[in-house]
Amino acid sequence: MNRQGSLRWKTNDHFVMAGRCIRHLTRNLDNLLIVIVLPIMMMLLFSSVFGGAIQIGGDENYVNYIVPGILLICIGYSASTTAVSINMDMSQGIIDRFRSMPIAKSAFITGHVIASVFRNIVSTTVSVLAALVLGFSPKASFVEWLIIILILLLYALAMTYLSTIFGLLAKTPEGAGAFGFVMLFLPYVSSAFVPLETLPKALRLFAEHQPITILIEALRSLFASTSSPFIFEAIIWCSGILIVSAFIAGQIFKRKTV
Amino acid sequence: MQVENNVIQIRGLKKSYKRMEVLKGVDLNIKKGSIFCLLGSNGAGKTTMVKILATLLKADSGEVILSGCDVKKSPEQVRSVISLTGQYAAVDGLLTARENLRMVGRLNHINDVKAKTDHLLRQFNLEYVANRPVSTFSGGMRRRLDIAMSLIGNPEIIFLDEPTTGLDPQSRIEMWKIIREMAAAGVTVFLTTQYIEEAEQLANHIAVLHEGIIITQGSAQELKSKLAGGAVLLGFGDLSSYITAQETLNGYSCKIDDDTLTIEVATDGSVKQMANLLSILNGTNIAFLEQKQASLEDVFLTLVAN
Repeated sequence: MNRQGSLRWKTNDHFVMAGRCIRHLTRNLDNLLIVIVLPIMMMLLFSSVFGGAIQIGGDENYVNYIVPGILLICIGYSASTTAVSINMDMSQGIIDRFRSMPIAKSAFITGHVIASVFRNIVSTTVSVLAALVLGFSPKASFVEWLIIILILLLYALAMTYLSTIFGLLAKTPEGAGAFGFVMLFLPYVSSAFVPLETLPKALRLFAEHQPITILIEALRSLFASTSSPFIFEAIIWCSGILIVSAFIAGQIFKRKTV
Repeated sequence: MQVENNVIQIRGLKKSYKRMEVLKGVDLNIKKGSIFCLLGSNGAGKTTMVKILATLLKADSGEVILSGCDVKKSPEQVRSVISLTGQYAAVDGLLTARENLRMVGRLNHINDVKAKTDHLLRQFNLEYVANRPVSTFSGGMRRRLDIAMSLIGNPEIIFLDEPTTGLDPQSRIEMWKIIREMAAAGVTVFLTTQYIEEAEQLANHIAVLHEGIIITQGSAQELKSKLAGGAVLLGFGDLSSYITAQETLNGYSCKIDDDTLTIEVATDGSVKQMANLLSILNGTNIAFLEQKQASLEDVFLTLVAN
């Protein structure tokens, strides 16, 4: 009778929900564009169009300089689409069907999160490949690559849960979509594309202390195989945002659906 | 009373949104395997009631027992015996019909998802569109899929919230057939509607929800007899008879029509009253007499007006 409580069925529910969201990715042309075209466009834009004009000092390769920033922009934007899909699900009849079924409560959100991570893995892989073609030359060791993957994964999860909150709170899918713009522009006010010294004072103060700069510096030193205090800080920042936003998202979902 | 026979038992159900009292104490017993119809105008509280019964909303007070399980105390158990088809087709537009069914089947933890999916696609005449995305479906097809998805978990009770609203006449008749077949298979059907005809066509048991309370309930026949015999329509051959009759019938509740020279007299349907009516009109030139039975619509409108 009480077979829905077992771990096996709970796992099953999460997989089914994730499968649903991943299927959506392949059915939705917009999603596909974000996943594959955005990273390539960004890489091309920054390396070819802006690359000649922006001086970063020294004889550093500008492609190497911008890769961390572009990775974060693509991950942030891709994660932000979760807000729209969650909002659409919540405003349509399907959520009522799920809620009236004997399934694990958390499976609905987890399904979206797993799909987002999946989407990010594809998108990040495309970004790195495009960067390599354009002259990106990372010197990271195997262990450093693992740390890079860990940081990017934590960042993707943190941003996905953060956008889940937006998706649950927004009144319309359009409103939920606005979160994407935040994720698209926040990295510009950091050391992602220009050295911080070139920014006006007020912006510099913000840029120096926002977590994106810390993540960029951490990734940059990992790719260059140099040590940096930012690596540890970056992991702490991502984990912190992840834990807090996952908790808040869970609470809001509970309140909205009990 | 035969409590075990009542698969749905509702006692003193109340629900308010902020200061709006939506349900003001609803009591209902619904028999296993029957088609129950909750009839009411827009805003009567039908959807609120379905949402409480389907565990989506908590009642302020009262008790709801579905198939022996208390909705408040053990919602998980309730969810394993019910199925909900809401007002808006709860299908996933990006997935195909087959994928929708398989998803819900797997979430219902049934063993033979593939076989059941194939069976339902055939039963609901969706085989030919099984691999098309649902976003390309017509309203009727979506509804059929929606109901098929509700059936895949073998529910004991199925809630249908206005299942035919927005459907064309052909799809509506098709939906009625599906609902009858479900009940014949032993599923208890709880449906809401604002269409009186639908209630009359389908339901074994009708309850009228108005301003948060059940104002009457019973079979369609019982409800009609509650409003007694309805009326007698008297047609007169000439103007003077028509006028005389009007004077004679002073004191009766009448509806007169000068154009057709007819008078509609409300009666309680008894033979005695009918005989009495004819005896006092003896001598007037009555051209025709027609007994009008109360329609369910009359019952509904009379009750709601009071």
